[in-house]
Amino acid sequence: MLNFELNPNIPTGDLEEKWQNHKFASQLVSPNNKRQFEVIVVGTGLAGASAAASLGELGYKVKSFTYNDSARRAHSIAAQGGINASKNYKNDGDSTYRLFYDTIKGGDYRSREANVYRLAEVSTSIIDQCVAQGVPFAREYGGLLDNRSFGGAQVSRTFYARGQTGQQLLLGAYSALMRQVAAKNVELHTRSEMLELVVHDGRAVGVVVRDLLTGQVSSHSAHCVVLATGGYGNVYYLSTNAMMCNASAIWRAHKKGAAFANPCYTQIHPTCIPAGEDFQSKLTLMSESLRNDGRVWVPRDFDEARSPADIPEDERDYYLETKYPAFGNLVPRDVASRNAKTVVDQGRGVGSLKNGVYLDFSDALGRDGEDTIRGKYGNLFDIYQRITGEDPYKHPMRIYPATHYTMGGLWVDYNLMSNLPGLFVVGEANFSDHGANRLGASALMQGLADGYFILPYTLGNYLSNHLGEAKVSDREPAFKQAESKVDSGTKRYLSNMGTKSIDHFHRELGKIVWDYIGMSRNRAGLERALSDIPALAHEFQKDMKILGSADGLNQSLEKAGRVADFFELAQLMAKDALEREESCGGHFREEHQTPEGEALRHDDDFSFASAWEWTGDPKKAKLHKEDLNFEFVTPTQRSYK
Amino acid sequence: MEEKINVTLKVWRQTSPNEPGFFEIIEANDISTDASFLEMLDVVNERLLDIDREPIAFESDCREGICGTCGLMINGQAHGPEKATATCQLHMRTFKNGDNIIIEPWRADAFPIIKDLVVDRSPFDEIIESGGYISVNSGAAAEANQIPVPKEVADTAFDAAACIGCGACVAACPNSAAQLFTAAKIQHLNLLPQGQAERYNRAESMIEKMEEFFGTCTNHGECESACPKEISIDFIAWTNRDFIKSKLRNPKKANYK
Ligand SMILES: Cc1cc2nc3c(=O)[nH]c(=O)nc-3n(C[C@H](O)[C@H](O)[C@H](O)COP(=O)(O)OP(=O)(O)OC[C@H]3O[C@@H](n4cnc5c(N)ncnc54)[C@H](O)[C@@H]3O)c2cc1C
Ligand code: SF4
Ligand code: FES
Repeated sequence: MLNFELNPNIPTGDLEEKWQNHKFASQLVSPNNKRQFEVIVVGTGLAGASAAASLGELGYKVKSFTYNDSARRAHSIAAQGGINASKNYKNDGDSTYRLFYDTIKGGDYRSREANVYRLAEVSTSIIDQCVAQGVPFAREYGGLLDNRSFGGAQVSRTFYARGQTGQQLLLGAYSALMRQVAAKNVELHTRSEMLELVVHDGRAVGVVVRDLLTGQVSSHSAHCVVLATGGYGNVYYLSTNAMMCNASAIWRAHKKGAAFANPCYTQIHPTCIPAGEDFQSKLTLMSESLRNDGRVWVPRDFDEARSPADIPEDERDYYLETKYPAFGNLVPRDVASRNAKTVVDQGRGVGSLKNGVYLDFSDALGRDGEDTIRGKYGNLFDIYQRITGEDPYKHPMRIYPATHYTMGGLWVDYNLMSNLPGLFVVGEANFSDHGANRLGASALMQGLADGYFILPYTLGNYLSNHLGEAKVSDREPAFKQAESKVDSGTKRYLSNMGTKSIDHFHRELGKIVWDYIGMSRNRAGLERALSDIPALAHEFQKDMKILGSADGLNQSLEKAGRVADFFELAQLMAKDALEREESCGGHFREEHQTPEGEALRHDDDFSFASAWEWTGDPKKAKLHKEDLNFEFVTPTQRSYK
Repeated sequence: MEEKINVTLKVWRQTSPNEPGFFEIIEANDISTDASFLEMLDVVNERLLDIDREPIAFESDCREGICGTCGLMINGQAHGPEKATATCQLHMRTFKNGDNIIIEPWRADAFPIIKDLVVDRSPFDEIIESGGYISVNSGAAAEANQIPVPKEVADTAFDAAACIGCGACVAACPNSAAQLFTAAKIQHLNLLPQGQAERYNRAESMIEKMEEFFGTCTNHGECESACPKEISIDFIAWTNRDFIKSKLRNPKKANYK
């Protein structure tokens, strides 16, 4: 029987004591017994690599899977800006409580207090761990670690490694993982895509995987399964995510009974390079750390044709600074994004397609000099110049929002376990800590907190109840059924005699999702999405065209299954956005705004996480609610004025 | 300014590791100079599909020069003509109307071709597995600021750590040596105070693992100029020094400093 009671299993006690109490109350598994347990970890991004490495170190027998050709290459590698931790090295008033408070508030009071506090609590250990692994964080001349303020924080708590923080953190986690591979505690399968979760007697007991090089489909059973498969931002087609990111692992787990929570909470990042023409394959983020020194503006005049340098100060509209004097250019992402959309929709956008706003460094360059600015942002400026052919030391950058992160994901309790016993979900793949909006530099923190410091405890607690049990045999019917489902899907895709590529349909789907379930949503648009998406999905199933065979590398075939899942997920996003009759964080319903145009929450009716049950049709998914109780903070209307 | 150009591609096609490969000539017309090189290939692939020809297999993920997934020989140059640029960062504005462009996979015995432009670079992972880490279990770390690291040391370690593991250095080397990659990985850790305990073992085991797969370095320096991250060959010299010291020491005694 599937369980949709959604007990968050929050430990009792004061906020500061919950995690300590919980760890103490958790059952342990002795070193000898750990060796008896097999754990599958899908994904080798920050969350998956840190989890697999830590579990391997503890002595569990771990099998780890990634569709990438090497565990060093997950999407996490592209994170630029940094990672938060409440070390308070700057003596500027940071603390566990302040990081907790900022994260809860930034998430617009749509996350669980206990989880968020724990995240803030373990944040400092992450930095210790990474430094010990050799992560070359930025340092001051005295040799101590440097910090900067990032994405709306009023304290400097962000650790960074030039503009390549994700890369360096992932290389650290990857090295820890490879050490466990060498120690034979982890068996690593690269170029292997999980296509089904296997559930037996109501518990997650394994996965079915396709070898992307040979096409071979195989079953793997274990005592429990961890999904660390990242977010679903590529449902928009154009996003800052890596090309291969997809939602299939969590979506297929959802179809096996795992509740999908808050699918409509997606984050549109304010500072990306604006899109060009149809061939555009992805969007590139310009790290938001740039907003520390860059000033956002558009011309006051709708028909402005001069180059930016020729536009006098009084004819520029520094709209964020004017509207939000306290936070200025550092307002949270959702606020910055929506304001950019407003001025572009008004027709005051810049660039030949009039689809961007300026991010101007001339003041900072004048104040600090080019060398300092190059030291801070050199590689970001290079990326920009390479893509646009324009020199940001001379001309302001042009930026526009793009899909960046998905706060929604599989529902998990305090133990990071879904409603399917034995299925744990970590990193961006779960819905846990960011509520309706994620603060900058918090995703890396969450992924590593989950993998290094939380899962190793909570998973042990689960397994301690299964001591002495053999894992379920991979010859059980549940495995065979899952395998044949994969096979029949493959056969059907390859025999389809359509005319259009998978990318074509993905691009068209992305346009609908961006237009109606993007930065700003309304009832009519969401209803439109709920009729347009199934219609396009129908055409997709009829008219997709894939050449080649199933028993070798076939990239179109890989994409077909992923895009099919995006079609279903997009409908659930629209449904979730429609039901949530309020605005909160990244979910902005035009019907619900303050007189000043800010997001208006309705706490009386919507202070819950929406967890959806699969019923066979995403439009008819069943809603379950986890009520959010605020014992320690009082939800307030966010105001960044 | 955006223009449309016509280019002639000569692309390596190979259906599987054991089949012989061949060059296919493809006219790529009406390509926007604002498109990236890989977006040009996306466009070509859509057109191939339209005429019932299987799309060209090539790899990419981040498409912003950080993951190291992409990697093509373009007119005989690893990652193409632009300095410090991965294939995915190359734009068609680098090319002119009428250009011929030869596109091949990395060529190296240690990187067998899987299909078309896709190769197997797993020996890099084996090198890391043999010692490319600092042995510290989760939870066992000291407070992060306990050991100050001089800024220039941290910066130099970072310069090495910037390697994206793309394999261009191997592809560019006449001997298919992997010295630049391996040295970058070793020096990133060997330069840092945290990496000292395993410094010599690391150099020894990673170099020896490398030698199982790759050719011998004869100091051509082609690797450095092909490297999209401009990893310096100085790291190779420092690694050789660590390797020799390692060979001279008694590993059981602390007599090798
Ligand atoms: C451009 C960019 C910049 C960012 N900058 C920052 C920043 O500065 N600070 C910050 O905190 N956050 C940042 N983020 C967000 C952050 O990078 C991600 O949220 C985070 O890295 C996600 O990590 P993850 O481990 O959960 O997933 P991922 O890194 O996405 O890893 C997913 C893993 O799962 C595997 N996988 C997925 N599906 C399957 C399957 N079916 N079978 C097998 N394997 C599978 C993949 O191969 C991969 O190994 C940024 C994001 C982007 C897009
Ligand atoms: S050293 Fe340079 S060329 Fe070689 S793998 Fe690293 S980044 Fe690529
Ligand atoms: S695709 Fe990531 S470096 Fe080119």
